[in-house]
Amino acid sequence: MTIREVVKLLDAEILCGEEHLDTEIHTACGSDMMSDVLAYVKDQSVLLTGLLNPQVVRTAEMMDMLCIVFVRGKRPEQPVIDLAKEKGIVLLSTDKRLFVACGILYTNGLGG
Amino acid sequence: MECIKFEYDVDGENFSSAGNASESVKRTLKQMGVSPVSVRRVAIAMYEGEINMVIHAHGGKAEVEIYPDRIDIYLKDRGPGIADIDLAMKAGYSTATENIRSLGFGAGMGLPNMKKYSDEMKIDSTVGVGTTVFLRINF
Repeated sequence: MTIREVVKLLDAEILCGEEHLDTEIHTACGSDMMSDVLAYVKDQSVLLTGLLNPQVVRTAEMMDMLCIVFVRGKRPEQPVIDLAKEKGIVLLSTDKRLFVACGILYTNGLGG
Repeated sequence: MECIKFEYDVDGENFSSAGNASESVKRTLKQMGVSPVSVRRVAIAMYEGEINMVIHAHGGKAEVEIYPDRIDIYLKDRGPGIADIDLAMKAGYSTATENIRSLGFGAGMGLPNMKKYSDEMKIDSTVGVGTTVFLRINF
C-alpha cells in the first residue's frame, strides 16, 4: 500500500512529508523501544511508536525507514518535525493506540 | 592502502544530537557508492556506539577510517569504563537508568547489536579511565 492509504486507514494527521505520500510500503513495525527496533527490524519501512524524541527520527533514518506514525494522539515538538523534513521521512499522528493501529495496517495487507 | 579519515566529537550533554556522527558517515558512504546493506550495517553499529557514549560516558570521540573495502571505527570515551565486558555483551543486560529507558534506549541491546552488525569488534576498557570500542565492517 502507499503511505496515503496508511493516512486514510489510521485517520491520521500528516505532520510532514506530504510530497512522499505516494511511496509504496510493504512492511511495518511497532515499538516504543528504539534499541529493539535497531536489534530486530529488517527492511521495515514504517515505524509505529508512542515515543516522541528526536532519536525516533534518527533510528528511522539509520534503518532507512520512510514513515513514522505517532500513536495515541501524540505529536512531537517542532525540532523533531524539522529533523524528519530534513531526512525526507513522513511523520503521521493518529489517535489510535499502538495495538489497534498495527492491527488495522496488518489486516489491510501490511506485513511484519 | 589509501584511506579517508574523519573525526567527530560526540557531545555527551546533548541527547538530541546523538547520532550526528553516524549520520554523517552514512551519508559519506552512500555518496561513495558503498552497497546499501553495508551502509546500514555501519550506520546501526556506529549509532548504537554513539548512543552508548552519550548515555553512559558523557560523550567522547569517534574516529573513522574509510578504506576501499572496509571501514574502521574507533569510539573513544573517558567514561566510567566497563567492569565486566562479558556481562555487558549479554543481550538484555543494561546499567541504563529508568530515565534512559523512557527515551527508548537501555534495553541491553547496544553492544550485542554492534557485534551483530560488524565483522570485528574489540572493547578495551579500564574502570575509572574510559572505554575504546573498535568496529570493523567489510563492504
